[in-house]
Amino acid sequence: MTVGLTPDRAEASAGGAEPLSARALADAVRRGERRASEVVEEHLAAIEAVDGELGCFLTVTADGARRRAAEIDAEVAAGRDPGPLAGVPVAVKDNLCTTGVATTCASRILEGWRPPYDATVVARLAEAGAVMVGKTNLDEFAMGSSTENSAFGPTRNPHDPSRVPGGSSGGSAAAVAAGLAPLALGSDTGGSIRQPAALCGVVGMKPTYGTVSRYGLIAFASSLDQVGPVARSVADAAALFDVIAGHDPRDSTSLVDVPPACGPAVGAGVQGLRVGLVTELTDAQGVDADVRSRVAEAADALAVAGATVDSVSIPELRFALPAYYLLAPAEASSNLSRYDGVRYGLRVDGDDVADMNARTRAAGFGPEVKRRILLGTYALSAGYYDAYYAQAQRVRTVIIQAFARAYERFDVLLAATTPGTAFRLGEKIDDPLAMYLSDVCTIPTNLAGHPAISVPFGTDSAGLPVGVQILAPALGEPVMVAAAAVLERAAPSTPVPRVAAPTLATAGMPAVGGAR
Amino acid sequence: MSAPAGWEAVIGLEVHCELRTATKLFCGCRNEFGAEPNTHVCPVCLGLPGSLPVLSTAAVELAMRIGLALHCEVRPSVFHRKNYFYPDMPKDYQVSQYDEPINVAGYLDLPDGSRVGVERAHIEEDTGKTSHVGDTGRIHGAGYALVDYNRAGVPLVEIVSEPGITSATQARLYASELRAILVASGASDGRMEEGSMRVDANVSVRRVGDLELGTRCEVKNLNSLRSLSRAVDHEIGRQVAIVEGGGRVEQQTRHWDEDRGCTVTLRSKEEAYDYRYFPEPDLVPLAPDAAWVEDVRSSLGPMPADRRRAVVALFGAGGASDARADQVATVVELGLDHLVVAAAGAGIEPALALARTANEAAADAAAAREVDPAAYTALLQMEQRQELSATQAKAVLAELVTGGGAPVEIARRMGFEALAAGSLAEVVAAVVAEHPGEWERFCGGEAKLAGFFTGHVMRRTEGKANGKAVAAELAKLQG
Ligand SMILES: [Zn+2]
Repeated sequence: MTVGLTPDRAEASAGGAEPLSARALADAVRRGERRASEVVEEHLAAIEAVDGELGCFLTVTADGARRRAAEIDAEVAAGRDPGPLAGVPVAVKDNLCTTGVATTCASRILEGWRPPYDATVVARLAEAGAVMVGKTNLDEFAMGSSTENSAFGPTRNPHDPSRVPGGSSGGSAAAVAAGLAPLALGSDTGGSIRQPAALCGVVGMKPTYGTVSRYGLIAFASSLDQVGPVARSVADAAALFDVIAGHDPRDSTSLVDVPPACGPAVGAGVQGLRVGLVTELTDAQGVDADVRSRVAEAADALAVAGATVDSVSIPELRFALPAYYLLAPAEASSNLSRYDGVRYGLRVDGDDVADMNARTRAAGFGPEVKRRILLGTYALSAGYYDAYYAQAQRVRTVIIQAFARAYERFDVLLAATTPGTAFRLGEKIDDPLAMYLSDVCTIPTNLAGHPAISVPFGTDSAGLPVGVQILAPALGEPVMVAAAAVLERAAPSTPVPRVAAPTLATAGMPAVGGAR
Repeated sequence: MSAPAGWEAVIGLEVHCELRTATKLFCGCRNEFGAEPNTHVCPVCLGLPGSLPVLSTAAVELAMRIGLALHCEVRPSVFHRKNYFYPDMPKDYQVSQYDEPINVAGYLDLPDGSRVGVERAHIEEDTGKTSHVGDTGRIHGAGYALVDYNRAGVPLVEIVSEPGITSATQARLYASELRAILVASGASDGRMEEGSMRVDANVSVRRVGDLELGTRCEVKNLNSLRSLSRAVDHEIGRQVAIVEGGGRVEQQTRHWDEDRGCTVTLRSKEEAYDYRYFPEPDLVPLAPDAAWVEDVRSSLGPMPADRRRAVVALFGAGGASDARADQVATVVELGLDHLVVAAAGAGIEPALALARTANEAAADAAAAREVDPAAYTALLQMEQRQELSATQAKAVLAELVTGGGAPVEIARRMGFEALAAGSLAEVVAAVVAEHPGEWERFCGGEAKLAGFFTGHVMRRTEGKANGKAVAAELAKLQG
């Protein structure tokens, strides 16, 4: 897989590639114009400068990053091409396994555990020349929408540190927004990439289930989890997707066919594209007026760019949230059983094995994880399975069929990413249901296994970023990124985060906007 | 043995069989018994966070072989997770097949002519092995425990019979016949002592004529065919005694204590686990296509029942006598029946071929399986032509089994050079001429004098003469 080495025409016409974009950095490193070591040092310095305030990283892998950067510089000096992401710093969500580097899922129960292997996506990043600068914070085991459920403290939103960055990939989204890394990997089970991307004003993409390997992604809900990119532009996200996507024989649910490359599709435009504005994911109860306005403006922008936009109602989507909160916890209750104190991570001794298991899990898991294990255990219990788990699976089928009908009429769908913008730390932490509703617009695509991308599109009245979402049918990533790139160019400018790397602040702008 | 008078037992067996694949069910680790603890492990079979299973095609194929050998229907199937906490189990769930197993609705024909239905034969993964370390040697009081995960993820097939077995004897016969099929199909080595075949028995009793089933108990830890039949017998007796004493059998899982010869409670129904089965989301449904199934079916050799029939058929329309049924079962179970069939096909008396194989060759069955059938037949021909005595033939056979080679050479090396028919006649004639008085009495009807002449011939030939051949020569001289 290759990505464009030159800034695409769309960006050039919008005032040139953002100098800190991943592609521009890789391009410069590959041409020998910049040294990877220098790029990496710059980002490590930025992390050092602002991450104390933001808490994006659980581990900063400075030594490993410096070594890797030196190797890449040596490769370039020797006339070899280190790959499409040569020298690009990448932040990796701490639920992806990294050889010898602590991988915690932001949980006490895995504190101190160092995996003996790399997740496939981490290996692919390395092969592409990227440099991992650290592991990012998340809600414990990716369960949450604010990154407040981390056992190691919350991450703060770079646009307003009194607010959450969203979650569960809050560390990755905040790191990219603050310029601590041009790219990050997140994971999305019910919106965990797109929701924090929206709240932090960056691009977040959930790929089609099966296009990106889950090997080495510590499972939350196996049938819904998918690794995906966080970036400051659609083109960067597409470039990262192209690197991590592809069949992996170690993941049985990985699609055998090579997914279509996204990079070349970024500038394709939306001429003649049929866009459906999903009523249930836009005008639904609980969606802020500001968010609704931005989505309406996004629809207009697509129409102006040549798409035909119509409203579409998919009433079945109302059942997505309750179905999700049975299926995801059910799978999680099983996936998280292995944290029993026997083989790795935390162990709290007890009178016998069962007592040791119980004490370890009581001490090692936080309240949200325990809540979901209980929910899931209940949903799978004898006598309840049919009413809960099996019924939720039927709802899932109904939702897939409803999407299929919509995609007979539309090429892509448009929706809000989140009902509201970034909320304050502590605001929803004691109200799990309010927190769960943060994902009401993103969950349906996970249930369907489809791709979706969130793009920053202006702000609310308080100046906080708003994200809009493009949904596509399975393997529809190319058309999805083409539409997303049109929105990105049309978007009102987004403010520079209040807390950000000095380089980002002086560059004046994150990747989005600027075309006004 | 069968149930006490007026009672009948209803028995179903669950047999776990380790498949003889090179690697484990979901990873590339070696499937090997007896290695240093925790040397055949990787992130997948240790259930490390983030690892994922990939189904072994070889294991699926062996599971299909078992199913087809048991006349099952091979169907599209789904893996489920069986959730319960156990330190032997790295993920704290076992990947198994639940309501959509790969093999269903088969049967097993036993050597006694009965047929036992096979409900299902499904694929699952094995667990690791815990050893409790401490002074008492028992779980309670152990200082600590060590877990070996070499066995974790080894492919198993669980074969569940219908509850159609009625006695300990039949249960044992079923298990031994099943073991023969597992070995014959190439799916397993069937070694109960190494745990590669493990049997659990579900036992209930009811009064003859009752239609309703009694409450059943599951008996575990049956490590040999002998334990199986003893445990089932004991359990039948225990349950009958309870009911006859006015009590009720409680649904339990019971443990067979080999030393004390009784079953003891492991856990009651109330303590039974809720396994919370649900479809394993890390694996896709398994749907072997028809061509694959037919490929596997056509690659299966004849099963023990077919092979027993083939040996019996050598005896012609009347078949083998009951007395020979055990010999037939033995040669088939030991995988030596091809020697009998080859010899009989070359004109050897079936009775001789069967007897030598079931008695002598069977003594070292593993080596005998490697013997060249042509050489084996040649040896039996020498015996049948009376070039070797029975004693000599057995000695040569033992050599042939252990070292191989041509029987003629072995016989020569052992000094069993057979007397040519002509020279034997000369010796017999000489002995007769030397003892005219005895010869006259012999011809006059004193039959026991045959031994006198044979003894003299043997002495003169240093034991090389064949007794039957001497008798034949004597008869010839009598006219
Ligand atoms: Zn392994």
